[in-house]
Amino acid sequence: MTKLAIVAATVLLALGLSACGEKTQVTVYKQGKYQGKPDNQPWDNDRFKGDRVAWEKAIKGRNSGQNEYVRQAAQ
Amino acid sequence: MARMKFLCDAERCIECNGCVTACKNEHEVPWGVNRRRVVTVNDGVPGEKSISVACMHCSDAPCMAVCPVDCFYKNSEGVVLHDKDLCIGCGYCFYACPFGAPQFPQDGAFGLRGKMDKCTFCAGGPEQDFSAAEFRKYGRNRLAEGKLPACAEMCSTKALLGGDGDVIADIYRNRVTTRGKGAEVWGWGTAYGKPEQKPAPQPGGKS
Repeated sequence: MTKLAIVAATVLLALGLSACGEKTQVTVYKQGKYQGKPDNQPWDNDRFKGDRVAWEKAIKGRNSGQNEYVRQAAQ
Repeated sequence: MARMKFLCDAERCIECNGCVTACKNEHEVPWGVNRRRVVTVNDGVPGEKSISVACMHCSDAPCMAVCPVDCFYKNSEGVVLHDKDLCIGCGYCFYACPFGAPQFPQDGAFGLRGKMDKCTFCAGGPEQDFSAAEFRKYGRNRLAEGKLPACAEMCSTKALLGGDGDVIADIYRNRVTTRGKGAEVWGWGTAYGKPEQKPAPQPGGKS
């Protein structure tokens, strides 16, 4: 009987404390501070594997590709 | 690194709407939302001018300043992005934006405003790069593929330039000196005339 009471008390205690581990679901806003999820850098992905120089080189090539004076000279 | 900017050359824009179509197609933007559009001044009058308008990713973005839930951030390339999971669709950013960039899809039975949608400079958003969630919420992430925005790269007359601000300004300067006219860049001063605001620190993110 005593064993049963101890087990019941333990279960009740565990149930009672289970809510304490819950995270708050309300967003706390801090004025002027971004509150959303963090974003990674454009080169931190499978394509560039963190190689910032390679990414900048690719973008630089695309940038200069918009200048048709340069494209004409290259032909 | 680069400070990404848009520049539209009104002397070259032929109002073909190629940029609008490219954007719609690239990101599968829903009906009623136009991240980019072409505006024509003095339409039908000789000497009419057209410009392609979207979010200019301002140096000191007014949308970031007015957002009541602070869902905007600026990435390391100066691209103004937002977290759709936080957006409440209040529309303050729409009133603050001088370019009318923020768009609100109809959501619900009575034309209720959904979460804000705007040009991302083809840089996706705060989701895993190339993930389905990123594409669904923000569209394709071309910047992470080492590419520039689809609208600028698709422009047939190269009226719309997008990329590193210094590089596109040089391209434009070269054009103006060659043709000897059309030095006015519409919206440039409004978007980039104020000092650059540093990217907001992101919780748990790498700066």
